[in-house]
Amino acid sequence: MNKFVALWLAVGLIGFFVLPWYTTDDAFVSFTWLRDGWPLDADYAPAIIQIFAHGKIWLAPLILFFAAVVPVLRGNPSDRLFAATLTFAGAGGLVFLLLQGFTIGIAGWEYASLEALFGPVERQFGMGAGAVLVAAAFLFLLTQGFAARGYVGGDLFVAGSIGLIIALITAFVFFPVSRILVSAFQDNQGVYAFSLFAEKISDSKIWGLRCLSENVSCGVAWNSLMLAVSVGIGSTLLGLAFALVTTRARLKMGKAFRVLTVLPIITPPFVIGLAMILLFGRAGVVTQFMASTFDIPPTRWIYGFTGIWLAQMLAFTPIAFLVLIGVVEGVSPSMEEAAQTLRADAWTTFSTVSFPLMRPGLANAFLLGFIESMADFGNPFVLGGNYGVLSTEIFFAIVGAQNDQGGAAVLAIVLLAFTLTAFYVQRRWVGKKSYVTVTGKGDAGLHAMLPKRLTWLIFAIVIPWTFMMLVIYCMVMFGGFVETWGRDHSFTMRHYADAFSVTTGEHGLIWSGAAWNSFWTTISISAIAAPLTAGLGLLTAYLLVRQRFAGREAFEFGTMLSFAIPGTVIGISYILAFNIPPLELTGTGIILIICFMFRNMPVGLRAGVAAMSQLDKNLDEASLTLGANSFTTVRNVILPLLRPAIAAALVFSFVRAITSVSAVIFLVSADYHMATAYIIGRVENGDYGLAIAYSSVLILVMLAAVSLVQLVISRRKLGRRTAVAGAEQAGAVAT
Amino acid sequence: MTIKSNAASVRFDAVTKAFGDVVAVDQISLLIEPGKLVTLLGPSGCGKTTTLRLIAGLEMATGGQIFIGDRDVTKLPATDRDVAMVFQSYALFPHMTVGENVAYGLKVSGVKKPDAQARSQDALNLVGLADLGDRMPSELSGGQQQRVAVARALVLEPQVLLFDEPLSNLDAKLRRRVREEIREIQQNLGLTVIYVTHDQEEALAVSDDIVVMNNAVIAQIGTPRELYEVPSDAFVADFIGEANILDCEIESVAGDMAQVRLGDIVMQLPALNLAPGPAQLAIRPRRVDLHAEAVAETLPGTLLKATYVGTHMEYRIETAHGEIFAISGDVDDLHHANSEIRVGFRDPGPVLIPAA
Repeated sequence: MNKFVALWLAVGLIGFFVLPWYTTDDAFVSFTWLRDGWPLDADYAPAIIQIFAHGKIWLAPLILFFAAVVPVLRGNPSDRLFAATLTFAGAGGLVFLLLQGFTIGIAGWEYASLEALFGPVERQFGMGAGAVLVAAAFLFLLTQGFAARGYVGGDLFVAGSIGLIIALITAFVFFPVSRILVSAFQDNQGVYAFSLFAEKISDSKIWGLRCLSENVSCGVAWNSLMLAVSVGIGSTLLGLAFALVTTRARLKMGKAFRVLTVLPIITPPFVIGLAMILLFGRAGVVTQFMASTFDIPPTRWIYGFTGIWLAQMLAFTPIAFLVLIGVVEGVSPSMEEAAQTLRADAWTTFSTVSFPLMRPGLANAFLLGFIESMADFGNPFVLGGNYGVLSTEIFFAIVGAQNDQGGAAVLAIVLLAFTLTAFYVQRRWVGKKSYVTVTGKGDAGLHAMLPKRLTWLIFAIVIPWTFMMLVIYCMVMFGGFVETWGRDHSFTMRHYADAFSVTTGEHGLIWSGAAWNSFWTTISISAIAAPLTAGLGLLTAYLLVRQRFAGREAFEFGTMLSFAIPGTVIGISYILAFNIPPLELTGTGIILIICFMFRNMPVGLRAGVAAMSQLDKNLDEASLTLGANSFTTVRNVILPLLRPAIAAALVFSFVRAITSVSAVIFLVSADYHMATAYIIGRVENGDYGLAIAYSSVLILVMLAAVSLVQLVISRRKLGRRTAVAGAEQAGAVAT
Repeated sequence: MTIKSNAASVRFDAVTKAFGDVVAVDQISLLIEPGKLVTLLGPSGCGKTTTLRLIAGLEMATGGQIFIGDRDVTKLPATDRDVAMVFQSYALFPHMTVGENVAYGLKVSGVKKPDAQARSQDALNLVGLADLGDRMPSELSGGQQQRVAVARALVLEPQVLLFDEPLSNLDAKLRRRVREEIREIQQNLGLTVIYVTHDQEEALAVSDDIVVMNNAVIAQIGTPRELYEVPSDAFVADFIGEANILDCEIESVAGDMAQVRLGDIVMQLPALNLAPGPAQLAIRPRRVDLHAEAVAETLPGTLLKATYVGTHMEYRIETAHGEIFAISGDVDDLHHANSEIRVGFRDPGPVLIPAA
């Protein structure tokens, strides 16, 4: 008997005959259905009962696809019939499952033409545990069929993994994003209206250029573009300055700047904006000081382009720094030494050799800054004022009074077009070039020192900026202890007490603080999401680094794509896609977990790729020639050697789930409220004290998590610094 | 000795491996008999490592068939083939002890733990590392790591044992010893071993047969002596040892022997199935004699350079037929650069090869 066919047949049958077919509860794992009338109750019945007792007759054909597999249970995998049967049953079952899911919804037939053809049917809800198991069973039967045909060398584990990842990415990245496209072409009644789309996408609110001649604001697309370009240029130059100081100035403490690279990882993106309000807002410390000392009247200059630009510069410069430090170090010292022996002085060496070699890396840093700025939601939200950018306008289109899904979808398309273009350029053009210089062989020699005048210039930029960063982070850490900024600077614990008080009641401790609910939700959702995210990322990394298979390039592009999709776009696409069957997920905790998995997958992916590229491929091959299959090899050889990368991927997935805000703000619900969304809400209400207090606690929690993993990794005998660095980079670079 | 041999033959039937447009192995047919040590020898990029990986199942052939014993393994992945491989980098699992490394293959194929331990200890005894089972690979010297890799492969008693440039990470002195040990184990156990190297001396020293590869095809198969003494073409002649390749003329063929003219010299040499007409001669540098005064059946030449290298002298001589490189064991009675000289050939010396 073929073990794998039997296993997945059994899983499918359990899904069909035992588990509830439709979604039951919001809780992740809940067994209340066992007590509440299962198996006969219409809400909890498995498919087989749904068919006979509740009129869901369209589920019946599914059993035929399982029946088709039975004859090959004893089959030989090299038999043609075996492969053909599994492929047919798996593909057929999946297609049928999807068809019935998309054509029959909460009001019966989704399409009037089908109703006319087949007559009215019962309504049905989103797929539940039973349906998911059945889908998984069909999927893996299908991949076994492919493996039996010799795909990926007939390796079941690899074929199954590829199938799984493709299915997940399709369901949770491509499907929702395609819903945006569809939705953009519909009016708010769901009727296709191409002229409306044309009208919307060319709207002057998006593309208006009257700001050039008159005193009105430009279209949001131009606003976003202008901001992203200036942030890209600014953060690249500043990042380069920091990178040069760290590696090429005669400065003992230069290494200390590397601490900067941790900051963006543990700082929720809007926190910088928040701190800037406390400093430069109308009631800000600096503003008040200037007003009282120099009689400069307080203005709202911080709200708008200048404020967002400053905040994003502060937030994203460390990312550019992280990229550029690799670039600057990657320039081979022997080339600079060669230039010097050819009688070039310091300035000539820098301008003719070092700098040109860094150029592709600079382009890379610029594009990353561009994407980050485009995708950033928190800072424009907090500091935007009347300066609308795409990411915030999308939010207001859907959350505000207008509730214009089509409008939001159009804005999302424009934003997506910008980021995808930048992403494409980055990958195809500069991404590869800059990697070549970074991953060279070790090279003896010393980096040339910077020319004197350049050094002074760089110091003049870096020192004040560092000071400003320090002030900002002091503000974040200690801002929560002040009564009301600008008015009453007395010390208080009030904000912390409001958020995190614990009292004792009749039944023990009561978490009475206002923040506890969202805090625990955040921690638990992030903790559940972290291993899933890391696992998905590492598995993908394994497939990309270690396996050659047909369609690998497209697979790689698909998995990296979620990098380039801004959180706001993901948020709105999830609302559009998962509000209705067959996947009804909005309002649950599961949708948050799934969102984190696919938003943060690149973290695990990059950490895994970096670490796995360091592992000699002969190790896998040795294991294979010694008779281990690929799954055993992964378990016994690769995973143990990747432990540092796993730890890093876990923690950074966890931390990034905590800090993310843009997608989350669309997906939170009363039951599942997340910390960042809660803080943003406080900021909207002007409750800065509590917001900053809560932020500081989050930062401390994350700092503890990151430090812990650094400690664990650095102690390991087999630890590989590169793996950690790779993970850090991944953690910082993905938005 | 409890490690046994299950030696089987390996047969290639018009096997091709292409990576995209690049053909790494082109229509190779080959039979390796059980219990033999056969070397795949060739310059880098000739397809020898790809050939080895095709046997291991780490690459899949794009055409032709591969048999191990009587079994067609062409489509079988590495996991399911009864071969074991010693890698150039050794590929010892750095997170396992030496003992765990050696027992790994037994463990994943479901051998009970006590049995696996006993058998891996036998394998370690065999390679002379009986006491090092508890060490980590990083605590061993390069030579010891190499032996662990051999033990790890041997313990599975594979039908075929593969070596991918196993000595290239060892220093020169150790190389000689380890290759002798490998040969000894192979002969004692009667293993089928296929061995990849680019070092012709190593190949000559260890092999029963050598398969010389060039540009994805087999250039010549033969015993070390055959390859050295009767190379089939200029490539083999020059790759195995060094050779002077000179243009000559076959004047006539009578039976197995050909009458060959090189300038004023006329020689009787084995014809090797060549027809009268232009051909080439391959002459080993040590088969060249230099004479200060005129001798019959010699070529006139000018000595360009004489180099003293300790054990012997190396000479470069300009002749009307091209430059000739000669090695002489006589380091006392020297010829001097820029002198006129006569070049003669020993018997046996020159070998006929087809014209380029």
